[in-house]
Amino acid sequence: MTSDEARQLIRSVLHQVAPEADIDDVGEGETLQEALDLDSIDFLNFVVGLHEETGLEIPEHDYPQLSSVEGCVAYLTSAR
Amino acid sequence: MGDFTMPSLGADMEAGTVSQWLVKPGDEVQRGDVIAVVETEKSTIEVEIFESGTIDELLVHEGERVPVGAVLAHVISRAPRAVATTTSPSSVTNAVPPAAAITDTDRVTVATTVTTPTPATPHPAVLSPVVRHLAERLGVDLVTLPGSGPGGAVTRHDVEQAARRTDDEARVRTRAAERKPKSKRKVAAPPQPVHRVASSPLARRRAAELGVDLSALRGTGPHGSVIERDVQRARAPAPVEQAIPAEAEDRQAAMRRAIGALMARSKREIPHYYLSTTIDLTAAMAWLTQANVERPVTARLVLPVLLLKATACAVERVPEMNGFLIDGTFHPSEAVHIGVAVSLRTGGVIAPAIHNTARLSLDEMMTALRDLVGRARTGILRSSEMSDPTITVTNLGELGVEAVFGVIYPPQVALVGFGRVTEQPWAHDGMLGVRQCVTATLSADHRVSDGHRGARFLAEIDRLLQEPEKL
Repeated sequence: MTSDEARQLIRSVLHQVAPEADIDDVGEGETLQEALDLDSIDFLNFVVGLHEETGLEIPEHDYPQLSSVEGCVAYLTSAR
Repeated sequence: MGDFTMPSLGADMEAGTVSQWLVKPGDEVQRGDVIAVVETEKSTIEVEIFESGTIDELLVHEGERVPVGAVLAHVISRAPRAVATTTSPSSVTNAVPPAAAITDTDRVTVATTVTTPTPATPHPAVLSPVVRHLAERLGVDLVTLPGSGPGGAVTRHDVEQAARRTDDEARVRTRAAERKPKSKRKVAAPPQPVHRVASSPLARRRAAELGVDLSALRGTGPHGSVIERDVQRARAPAPVEQAIPAEAEDRQAAMRRAIGALMARSKREIPHYYLSTTIDLTAAMAWLTQANVERPVTARLVLPVLLLKATACAVERVPEMNGFLIDGTFHPSEAVHIGVAVSLRTGGVIAPAIHNTARLSLDEMMTALRDLVGRARTGILRSSEMSDPTITVTNLGELGVEAVFGVIYPPQVALVGFGRVTEQPWAHDGMLGVRQCVTATLSADHRVSDGHRGARFLAEIDRLLQEPEKL
């Protein structure tokens, strides 16, 4: 997966989880939970969304790596 | 024949807009079927029917805004009916009037008094447009007519009765309308306002000038005829008939007002007492981490699931926390339906119920919670979820606060709050260590319980959370 593909995927999953949030305004390095006001259920739904799109299992101890768009891109592009 | 009425989807709701009908006359419906979509200030809600039968007639058009209690449809019941209202939440015991009945105690009487006609008082806010049209057509004066519908609302039946009593000619017309052949009624669309309206010449002239549809007006002249004043008033829409504000900002403002009104009522009427305790969550967090290692991502649990389950089980042992206080009488609820406070990113908060919370396994609860939060965000909830929470839980910990002292959501009698999970120095088994802790708070109604029982309740939550594997 290229960085651009990953970025597109992340934004599309975020949009499903938080349809009312303005995802384009979120900076690459910003903490998603703060920037988008995600609670733990939203965040879980986000991880489930990434899992469903990529097939990655994403163990819970990897969650901190998914805290920003930047982090998610790095995680998804380096996986497999 | 039963009336399907606009349900109260929370104590702060006064009116709703029928945005979509999912059934048509002649359709068979089962208890629990979603038959309409209603919009309120807060969200879009799928409204379930609490009676099995056949839809006879739809009385409100899509897009029409009507007050709580207004009749939306007539239903031919399959089973004999006991009560005049069909909107009781399914799982609350029959003794408990639905939250529907207590939107505004000044104006609406509770469901238990529904069968007694209320004294003749003006009740413009609890009239369906269809009833108004009928009254207008039959020349019945609505102001002096006692209503037998929910909350003393004047029903179609009341108007017909009144017309029969007073006017032979009206009786003939009503019966002609009512006794249409069955086959024809099954295909009948919602009644169209094609009838002629009694109106004054001045009103007609004014209506033509202003482009007002006379047939849509409620006349206040003699025998319900439309007079000039009615036409003038129609230009400035009455508050209850306004369409839901389309602009997001207006909707937010409406939601803020609705929350404000309800919370003001809570603070005015409920003698709150507040308790707080710190609970050691180390065992619960360790159990959760371990459980999630073995689970695929789609089946993982979050801490709120444990908190909700523990609260629900504790409620079963301290029933004074669970139910509704209506007109000074506490109606405990046998079932536990925890309302989960979900804050909306666009502003505002809603607290729809997870039904039978204490009976769900953690996995079922997780599924229910994910589904509920997802739907609260996208704005599609079900009527039963909105109308029957028996106690509310709010979890503001993720925003970083240590404790939340909540305002009780009337007519409920308790609210449990959980704050942020923090590491704290903690004496345990004679040793000082660092433990993960959460502050649990209780806001409860002093008219129903006192601090001693409240303390027992929080202690029970604590005890249950120490053995997460048993939840």
